[in-house]
Amino acid sequence: MLAIPATLALALVVLPVVGLLVRSDLTRLPSLVATASSWHALRLSLITAGLSTVACVLLGVPLAVVLARARFRGVRLLRSIVLLPLVLPPVVGGLALLYLLGRKGFLGMLITTLTGESVPFTTGAVVIAQTFVAMPFLVVSLEGALRNAGDRYEQVAATLGARPWTVFRRVTLPLLLPALGSGVVLSFARALGEFGATITFAGSLEDVTRTLPLEVYTQAEVDIDSAVALSLLLIVVAVLVIAVARPRSWEGGLR
Amino acid sequence: MKKLALAVAAVALFAGACSSSDQPSTQSGGSSVTAPAPKGAGNAGGGTLTVFAAASLTESFTALGKEFEAQHSGVTVKFSFAGSSTLVQQLTNGAKADVFASADQANMDKANQSGVIDGQATVFATNKLAIAVAPGNPKGIKSFADLNKAGLTVVTCAPQVPCGSATKKVEQNTGVTLKPKSEESDVKQVLNKVASGDADAGLVYVTDATSAAGKVEKVDFPEAAQAINNYPIAAVKGGQAELAHQFEEFVLGTEGKNELTKVGFGPAQ
Repeated sequence: MLAIPATLALALVVLPVVGLLVRSDLTRLPSLVATASSWHALRLSLITAGLSTVACVLLGVPLAVVLARARFRGVRLLRSIVLLPLVLPPVVGGLALLYLLGRKGFLGMLITTLTGESVPFTTGAVVIAQTFVAMPFLVVSLEGALRNAGDRYEQVAATLGARPWTVFRRVTLPLLLPALGSGVVLSFARALGEFGATITFAGSLEDVTRTLPLEVYTQAEVDIDSAVALSLLLIVVAVLVIAVARPRSWEGGLR
Repeated sequence: MKKLALAVAAVALFAGACSSSDQPSTQSGGSSVTAPAPKGAGNAGGGTLTVFAAASLTESFTALGKEFEAQHSGVTVKFSFAGSSTLVQQLTNGAKADVFASADQANMDKANQSGVIDGQATVFATNKLAIAVAPGNPKGIKSFADLNKAGLTVVTCAPQVPCGSATKKVEQNTGVTLKPKSEESDVKQVLNKVASGDADAGLVYVTDATSAAGKVEKVDFPEAAQAINNYPIAAVKGGQAELAHQFEEFVLGTEGKNELTKVGFGPAQ
């Protein structure tokens, strides 16, 4: 009974990729992918997605802990706000960032006055855009795991005399590791595929802001074959990331 | 129960397929403006004319569509505005349309080679580049060469799209090589970045700068005359040929010329 919708669901994910494969000219694939601009785009994508994953961990872990453990009023509202980037259309995310950090944005104006630099059109803007869309994935995986785990262990550790930082380091963090793993993979994959916020907020310039998804979009304007080839490259990289870093929690094992 | 689930799934898939073929798909960067369809009007004495048109035609064609509807009672004109090459790809991949208006000859040729064009394409307007700057021109940009002044944030179209190839042509003719902060995939994005103040100057079409008067100021430069873009229009194979040709003639006629001149298009040469 479940097999039919499950098969349809799987087909919905797999068949479009098969469609790309069928459409592509496999013999020309290497030459289409091996251009200077696609390597630049791939390198930039890997670097920026890596940096934004780091940013997601540094900012997202504390946020998830606060959201899961805090007992103040409005924490539920806060939790839904954190999820906003998940549901916002990417271009809206880009515009929002532009009106915050752009030259006329209130924070952007401050930055320009203080440093003389502006944020849009820089690699940093790409990282910010990717972090913006990817962080909810990390926060959601972590927060769920934290709430499932409860805080019994932490309380026991505390009653045994452990200081808060020790409790966080020795009890909370190890409990979180599997969920952190899947959160990291998900946010890296999301950052890798980010398009709308990047093109709206960071622009598109080779070696500076043109990541692989943007290169696919630019190539699609002139040479659909090379756009298809680059799409396959992007899929291969994404599948590799997930396969290599697949966290244990996805393999059916309990924590 | 199994059969029921299958039937539901089949219906769902079918419904999805239908709705996606009725509607001109709106990919990223594209936009589609749909005039309200009169309920139950059917095909009697009119029907729906679907026009795929370059993004730079958004303002003029939207106005022309209204006039066309007023003159042909029962006809609804639906537009899908996007980059010309995006539109060609949609047509090649089976999108249903009656008319295609491109922002350059190259994309019309591509559509023709893919066999989606019915008959001959006719050039109905020309366009050229202009520099868009902030209102009041605070950076004092007066010429194409001024775009290379130090400390200026300049945005252009990517060479892959028509406005970008026109930019390249001007660069070659003037010997001035620009160092843009971003190469956007469509001209409206360039315009937006100037309007939002994140770019000091952008190379757009005269028509885009005219349509956005108030948000940006237009600086004309003589070298733009060396990179004139032709806008061809043609009927799409498998569409409603008669209605399509009526619309073509309407665009080529006096009403069309008036509306196009209003936003800065030049006459077909």
